[in-house]
Amino acid sequence: MKISKYDWNALFVTRTVASWLVAFIVFFPLLFLMVTAFKTELQAIAVPSLWVFEPTLENFTEVQERSDYMRFAMNSLITSVVSTILGLIIAVPSAYSFAFSPTIQTKNIMVWMLSTKFMPAVGALLPVYLLFQWVGLLDSQIALIIVFTMSNLPIMVWMLYSNFKDIPHEILEASRMDGASLWEEFRHVLLPLAMGGMASTGLLCLVLSWNEAFWALNLTSANAGTLAVLVASYSSPEGLFWAKLSAASLMAIGPIIVFGWFSQKQLVQGLTFGAVK
Amino acid sequence: MSSNATESRFLPRLLMSPAVVTLLIWMLVPLGMTIYFSLIRYNLMSPEISGFAGWENYDFFITNPAFMDSVFNTLILLGSVVIITVGFGLAIALLINSPFPGQSFVRILLISPFFVMPTVNALLWKHMMMNPIYGVFAQISGFFGLEPIDWLTEIPLGSIIIMLSWQWMPFACLIFITALQSMDREQLEASRMDGATYFQQLRFLYLPHMARSIAVVIMIEVIFLLSVFAEIFTTTSGGPGTESTNLAFLIFQEALMNFDVGAASAGAIFAIILANVVAIILIRMIGKNLDN
Repeated sequence: MKISKYDWNALFVTRTVASWLVAFIVFFPLLFLMVTAFKTELQAIAVPSLWVFEPTLENFTEVQERSDYMRFAMNSLITSVVSTILGLIIAVPSAYSFAFSPTIQTKNIMVWMLSTKFMPAVGALLPVYLLFQWVGLLDSQIALIIVFTMSNLPIMVWMLYSNFKDIPHEILEASRMDGASLWEEFRHVLLPLAMGGMASTGLLCLVLSWNEAFWALNLTSANAGTLAVLVASYSSPEGLFWAKLSAASLMAIGPIIVFGWFSQKQLVQGLTFGAVK
Repeated sequence: MSSNATESRFLPRLLMSPAVVTLLIWMLVPLGMTIYFSLIRYNLMSPEISGFAGWENYDFFITNPAFMDSVFNTLILLGSVVIITVGFGLAIALLINSPFPGQSFVRILLISPFFVMPTVNALLWKHMMMNPIYGVFAQISGFFGLEPIDWLTEIPLGSIIIMLSWQWMPFACLIFITALQSMDREQLEASRMDGATYFQQLRFLYLPHMARSIAVVIMIEVIFLLSVFAEIFTTTSGGPGTESTNLAFLIFQEALMNFDVGAASAGAIFAIILANVVAIILIRMIGKNLDN
């Protein structure tokens, strides 16, 4: 008779305890942040740190009132979602072309695309800043959407390419033989097969755009600033407003962390770049 | 027939053109402008000084004592974080690989830092972990009766490395966990029957299986770590002195604090060269693993 699905020997117990311990240590800073967000400022800097106290929601209301959280949250949401969709629209056709009609140049073009990611963003900062200034798009959502789309594009093409390559050519050719148009072939054959890869590509780019800080800090401020900019504004030199800082941080990372927890299995599939067969 | 052949070459090109053309513009226009700016005198604070500068800006940037420091810091940062995250990522992935109670919850806790944005990461560590009076680290050293360390002043670069490793270790771990799941169970069982030790399995079965995932992790981390900015911007501002200034931050300082567009552009060209040198070395080293 089977009592437990685990074999409770000494090694197993040690491994289980070690795994839990490691997970706790890695997660601890976030746990601390979450707890601090519900303290008063005085409780927040108490030494030793308080773990039992009466929680307050005051910090959250104050963050919303003082710095208009909803505006920054909407900016984050709009720029990351729109840039992801735009990126997929541009990247899917080219990944399709690279995967199913490769030429001798395909590999060079793809390496070149990735090499644009090796150009440090700061190298392009001044020209991009000046260009947006000339056309009056500084501190606008459009500027961030353009920048996010372009900086994610190479990674999107690579992820989609390695996903498409796992789809057998024959299936697409068969549908073409049956007289399917390109759109029909895409809609009814490729899309169902590549849905997982496209989803994980989109998820990663959503996370990357939501968390992007370099361009957001340098191109936007009060008007189109994202949550990364909001949090940076809570960096007081004394650093004694821990509770409010924690509340603002938690409000900034909460949505994407919960999103990440639910989508992690899907996310990781495309991330392996075909490294896992 | 010939029209058919033309069409079959035309369509793939049409499909790839949006991505290729937009990326080409995204690369060439800023690059061209940066090269142009790097060759002229262009300071936002003194617009009366202008004209062709030749190599002046390059000379100015490279003789700045902060330049070599920043290149060195960039490479130390990159190397340390890659080694730490791949090492710990592998160890943790192996540790939690086989089932145990609460495995999926442990997995969720472990990957959470990957979803934390750089500004939050930096402020969380700067204030709540590393503050020399109220921080968690200070409390821990106090508990053991040790002098607290003022992390960001005493070991600024090390502190940034800790923050970045915390952020990227989960990413490495996540990919390694997935790779481990596709290990050949029968092969592992057979090697155990033949009396292979755990380290022999690690050396001859696990590591070869993981080679490609390790290559992918290194590749992606290098891309993001070469231009670390927000973590330095929100914590140390490159200091004290130049101890935690990387190349990206030095260029930012030239451009937006000294308003010297010319020198900053020359610096940007150096950053691009450095990135490409690293990229070439990297592709040489791990390219075999990325080839299909």
